[in-house]
Amino acid sequence: MRIAGKGLTAGAKTVSFSFNGRQLMGLEGDTLASALLANDIHLVGRSFKYHRPRGVLTAGSEEPNALVTLGSGALQDPNVRATTQELFDGLQARSQNCWPSVEHDVMAVNNLAAPFFGAGFYYKTFMWPAAMWEKLYEPMIRRAAGLGALSGEADTDLYEKAYAFCDVLVVGSGPAGLMAALTAGRAGADVLLLEEDSRMGGRLLVEQEEIDGMPALDWVDAALSELEAMENVRLMCRTSVSGAYDQGTYGALERVGHHELRQHSLKGSHRPRECFWRIAAKHCVLAAGAIERPIGFRNNDRPGVMMAGAVRAYLNRWGVAPGERVTLFTNNDDAHRTARDLVEAGVHLAAVIDSRHDAPDSDLYTVIKGAQVCDTGGGKRLESITVRSVRGEEKIQTDCLVMSGGWNPSVHLTCHLNARPSWRRDLLAFVPTPEAVPGMRAVGACNGSFSTQGALQEGAAAASAILQELELQAKDCALPVADDSPYRIAPLWAVPGKGRAWLDFQNDVTVKDVTQAATENFRSVEHMKRYTTQGMATDQGKNSNVAALAVLADVTGRSIPETGTTTFRPPFVPVALGALGAGAADQGFKPQRYLTSHAAAEERGASQLEVGLWYRAAYFPKPGESNWRQSCDREVIYVRNAVGVCDVSTLGKIDIQGPDAAKLLDFVYTNTFSTLKLGRVRYGLMLREDGFVMDDGTCARLGDSHYVMTTTTAAAGEVMAHLEFVAQALHPEWDVRFTSVTEQWAQFAVAGPKSRELLNGLLDAPIEGDAWPFMACGAVSVMGVEGRLFRISFSGEEAYELALPASYGDSLFRTLLSRAEALGGGAYGMEALNVLRIEKGFITHAEINGTVNAHDLGMKGMLSKKKAFVGQAMAHRPGLVDEDRQQMVGLKPIGAVKELSAGAHLFNPEDPVERIHDQGYVTSVGFSPLMGHMIGLGFLKRGLTRIGDEVRLVDHMRGIDTLCEVVEPVFYDPEGEKLRG
Amino acid sequence: MRITCPLCGERDRREFYYKGAALVRPAEEADLAQWDAYVNLRDNPAGPLAELWYHEMGCGSWLTVTRNTASHEILHVELASGSGLGGTP
Repeated sequence: MRIAGKGLTAGAKTVSFSFNGRQLMGLEGDTLASALLANDIHLVGRSFKYHRPRGVLTAGSEEPNALVTLGSGALQDPNVRATTQELFDGLQARSQNCWPSVEHDVMAVNNLAAPFFGAGFYYKTFMWPAAMWEKLYEPMIRRAAGLGALSGEADTDLYEKAYAFCDVLVVGSGPAGLMAALTAGRAGADVLLLEEDSRMGGRLLVEQEEIDGMPALDWVDAALSELEAMENVRLMCRTSVSGAYDQGTYGALERVGHHELRQHSLKGSHRPRECFWRIAAKHCVLAAGAIERPIGFRNNDRPGVMMAGAVRAYLNRWGVAPGERVTLFTNNDDAHRTARDLVEAGVHLAAVIDSRHDAPDSDLYTVIKGAQVCDTGGGKRLESITVRSVRGEEKIQTDCLVMSGGWNPSVHLTCHLNARPSWRRDLLAFVPTPEAVPGMRAVGACNGSFSTQGALQEGAAAASAILQELELQAKDCALPVADDSPYRIAPLWAVPGKGRAWLDFQNDVTVKDVTQAATENFRSVEHMKRYTTQGMATDQGKNSNVAALAVLADVTGRSIPETGTTTFRPPFVPVALGALGAGAADQGFKPQRYLTSHAAAEERGASQLEVGLWYRAAYFPKPGESNWRQSCDREVIYVRNAVGVCDVSTLGKIDIQGPDAAKLLDFVYTNTFSTLKLGRVRYGLMLREDGFVMDDGTCARLGDSHYVMTTTTAAAGEVMAHLEFVAQALHPEWDVRFTSVTEQWAQFAVAGPKSRELLNGLLDAPIEGDAWPFMACGAVSVMGVEGRLFRISFSGEEAYELALPASYGDSLFRTLLSRAEALGGGAYGMEALNVLRIEKGFITHAEINGTVNAHDLGMKGMLSKKKAFVGQAMAHRPGLVDEDRQQMVGLKPIGAVKELSAGAHLFNPEDPVERIHDQGYVTSVGFSPLMGHMIGLGFLKRGLTRIGDEVRLVDHMRGIDTLCEVVEPVFYDPEGEKLRG
Repeated sequence: MRITCPLCGERDRREFYYKGAALVRPAEEADLAQWDAYVNLRDNPAGPLAELWYHEMGCGSWLTVTRNTASHEILHVELASGSGLGGTP
């Protein structure tokens, strides 16, 4: 319940929200957890395995119990921690992992069967019959266990990503973080201060203490005003650092829109949900504080059992009393501050049970020394505790038990680069190992300095050391004076006794489970973790791992440091994949590259094919055509009989210039380009250094020291990087420069017997006689626009490729089309292009698949013997010239079945269709309208010696089984008379 | 991880494309064993290793980066053009 006038939220506006359908009121500044507690709601959810009633345990991001689902439909957000969720008007939350309701959960029957559900239960119980696992056991277990569920709908939220750079990254805005930011900021360093909470101040927001003689909160306000006034300091709330990475890189999640009602308006008009930050920091001050740990005792998981630091937070920050008759159980001095604050706030404190015989006395409350809580009673809310002392056991009525087993410094980030934390015996806690993350300094509670004075001092000292390294002068300022009480603690991890004592609340791991694991010889902490699932839930065992390994150490007779910790991995808090992948969804992941002819192709109803990121027209349907084959056949006939126009701008174009340009080309191609005449084009083959084919294409010589190389669409980037590598790393002495001009030129193939006729109506100077023989190239002018013409052919017909600056692409394509149509031709797409090139036996990356070499392709004649080139040394390796290798052949169907498919495998007709008899595979197929049947290219063992043989083509995926004749790979015009014109 | 490109300054590693160990290319006439070593055989040290990185999203430089593979510490960065990887011409 709320104590009138108490807390930072006192006097705040009221806010209405709903929980499990019930309308409730809270205050602005509340978290969902504080608002629920203010409404006396302690039962918030059900546990993972046993469906035990659970309530709020903590007041921070380490919360294991109070997980709820927000919203519904596509906006459903499961596993939201009520302790970090800020309250807003209209918030709708509901409990999860319970049915039909959190009050009456039928799966609570699991709790009765608990003796069967211990560690390793699944492994032992559901062993056989094996077939039952997939059908019965796993679905059954999945239904019973688990936390919140996803909606199953696409995420409609917006996410952002952002980058930041700074001299000093300060993580946490408690006394240590604020002091570090002040010290560094005053000296002029570029400071970025991140705070996970919605408000800066850390523990100072929830403690009753003084700094420099004024209330701590006033000191925080003064510090924040000073920092906000500095231009070199940036302050960010609601931002959790999720991971530390190499060279001062940090990931951080900013919760941008979690604290307000989502606008259900058009996408793009509301704030992003989350923003993932990538931060490059020269130095980091880690002031992440500490996390309080529970004590293991029987039934310590009932709603109403809460952490001492959290109770102090609910009381002092939100003015919420956690119960009417409170008890407290601890092994350390710090928890006594909660007792003091409760009494001062007028909350009835029935007793403080301190396990230490030398616990401090108090005038304000009764301290039962040397005693332990050994059990609790109640159902959906705590009703009583049982205290064991030298006097025996006694029952105390209470509706809230405050517990504290001490504090664990938040060492997580210091361990993200593989370091392990160090054990401090005096604190009974792990602290960061210095230099664990280069450039990171842990200070304050995070470093085991639990007093406010210690935090201020360490924050200032770390910042001063950083300033020295940055060569900045620290301003001379006196350190504020604050509380410096020592932190006294005695070991108490788990209270001995029967029954279940919880360690990991979220995954339902008990002291018994850890003991069981050790008994079964899972003694390594990593084994124990995986066998029991300790620390493997969404909270990653933030408040339970240390106690669990202390129990393991005890059972196995080893010390805690000897037992060691499990590995700390990012992220520190759950990060939505949507945030990590912000900007990379849909087209952000796969941008669309459109050709200059795209609009004209769309107008003609072209079907688009994705080629890498490019969209290319597959075919251009005409009225009356009911399937793609009809369009494709017609387009092939255009080219064979009249003229076709195709956009080929996607091919990589690299402009190469310099006195040593020819040397570079001779080195990267297997054949020679230094001998290529000016105004001529040559086909070239490129190998990788291992002797296999990398790419092929044409290269044109436009000037003495000026070439334009064409690559395949697929390998454009790879070839560019390869050229750079050769020119920079292998031959830096060559004077040659090159750049990609793929997008600068719109280039169209004009192919077919009427191609020259088409161009002659368009070029300012017509093609006459033998002026442009096959493989000629040069400058041309089209209606006054300077361009380039290449007489090259990928179709086997007389063909040209005309290139103009890309800005003319759209109009050039339309002009070419209307002229082609007037000549009885038209546009052709990728499907027709593919048929045309298969008919000619021209290769693409379907054939250049990374496992073939020049010999396999029948191109060994292209391997020059007169010069050095990349791949030369390896190209003639015995294994690569073996005559048993698969060589490229053409395939023609015979018999009744005429269907071929790419990806099918080849067998001798007499052999069984089994892998060991495999003779090769098919790479490309198409229907040749000229021949009236399908044709294919493929690789066949000793193929070149088997022309005229029969092979059996089998494709189990598509149910194809066809007899084929092995033929030469060139089906059409083998002499090349057509393309020479 | 951050790599200091000699031309562009310190940049996030995602601007770079990784090729592998920086090795000196054998002479053309070197025997197959040497070529086999260059193309196929790699040491896998837990410690400093000279590697080739391509500043693909930046200036397009090939770099020789000496990196501790165990800690990811970058010990040295230079333009690959100065690393003599082409062997004796």
